[in-house]
Amino acid sequence: MKQRFLSFKKNKYMKDLELYEKLATGQTPKFMVIACADSRVCPSSVLGFQPGEAFVVRNVANMVPPYENGPTETNAALEFAVNSLKVENILVIGHSRCGGIRALMSMHDDVEPSGLIGSWVSVGMNARVKTKAATHLLNFDQQCKHCEKESVNCSLVNLLSYPWVEEKVRNGELNIHGGYYDFVDCSFEKWTLYKENNLRDESGKVAVKDRAFWF
Amino acid sequence: MANDSYKDAIAGLSKLLSERADLGSVAASKIKRITAELEAAGYKEFDPIERVKTGFVHFKTEKYDKDPKLYGALAKGQSPKFLVFACSDSRVCPSHILNFQPGEAFMVRNIANMVPPYDQIKHSGAGAAIEYAVVHLKVKNIVVIGHSCCGGIKGLMSFPDDGSSSSTDFIENWVKMCSAAKSKVATKFDGLSFEEQCHNCEKEAVNVSLENLLTYPFVREAVVNGALSLKGAHYDFVNGAFQLWDLDFAISPSIVI
Repeated sequence: MKQRFLSFKKNKYMKDLELYEKLATGQTPKFMVIACADSRVCPSSVLGFQPGEAFVVRNVANMVPPYENGPTETNAALEFAVNSLKVENILVIGHSRCGGIRALMSMHDDVEPSGLIGSWVSVGMNARVKTKAATHLLNFDQQCKHCEKESVNCSLVNLLSYPWVEEKVRNGELNIHGGYYDFVDCSFEKWTLYKENNLRDESGKVAVKDRAFWF
Repeated sequence: MANDSYKDAIAGLSKLLSERADLGSVAASKIKRITAELEAAGYKEFDPIERVKTGFVHFKTEKYDKDPKLYGALAKGQSPKFLVFACSDSRVCPSHILNFQPGEAFMVRNIANMVPPYDQIKHSGAGAAIEYAVVHLKVKNIVVIGHSCCGGIKGLMSFPDDGSSSSTDFIENWVKMCSAAKSKVATKFDGLSFEEQCHNCEKEAVNVSLENLLTYPFVREAVVNGALSLKGAHYDFVNGAFQLWDLDFAISPSIVI
């Protein structure tokens, strides 16, 4: 770790002192990113975020619990990013072969989740239910992939359950995006929550726009 | 204001262009020049989608496509050596300061890089990450990295202890997990300024997190067996310094918790 830090200091920090001096006085990131803790999906690597650009939460399976669930580390960070830093964009990024989603899809229907992993990923239970309903003819791997994306949508819906998020989205001060990074074929899919009128329809489905696929 | 005058200038030229077709080439070159000046002056509006796209395309062409061996292996599975707890702060990403490459570090980022004590119900988010990293991925090292000018620690040091006026929905509840660090700083560094106290608390909170890690049965077991080491760290981005230390503790394997 010593060599690595010294190399960062020599090649990055000392070469761009102006940036780092500015950052030392405060941060004004444009993005809040919620990504998985998986070692293969760091947003600084995959999307090239530089110091100061993105306020980042990383948890198992990039999940956002709903407001009603009460305090978690994820919504403490959300509150800080939205109300104190006033970020303009929230991006939730799912990814391929996610162990957390696999755990969620493997749970037994009638059994209480066991262990800390089970307890946490059951936040995404709605995504699991929707996936099971939509993909019962597919094999397990395909179901998991479907759920990885469905779970991002579930998190987008949950973001809107926070009054201070919903208000800013309505006023056009905050945009909410979903993303999906597939590291098997190196593609990235993104979509943006549609902010006109009905943010959520009655079934809890989100209206999205500007879908794009880069590969 | 300057932006508006540019816009007016372009509108004027466009109007002229529509009225006098023969001036087309002159107007076009003027519009081009003004647009270039606008961009040079930084008036180009920030486009978040374009930013994400550029970042991803750069990663794909410069990193992913150039190292098919690494990314081919990672597509099959991950076996990171580290579990890292770092702050959500936009200035402290460990992939930058410690140059972690894809596959190297399983990473949790939350407000003030805090590890909650073992609890089946509360804080299962951090707990799930620890369980996954230690039990399933069998990481060899857990590093908790604090940092300078941490807003979360400043919050911890500022919020009233009796919880009388909770001004936040969730932040206060979260950072108070490290109240023990605050008390320690209050006794040990009583004479220091608030800023210096915060600086010390950033490090003490890391120590509280290291202690909290030991409340997880599977962490304790792995540490006792010598399969896992716990380290604390502090990144000072004001002075460009990095401090790393081992957990100083006496552990007795006979104690069952």
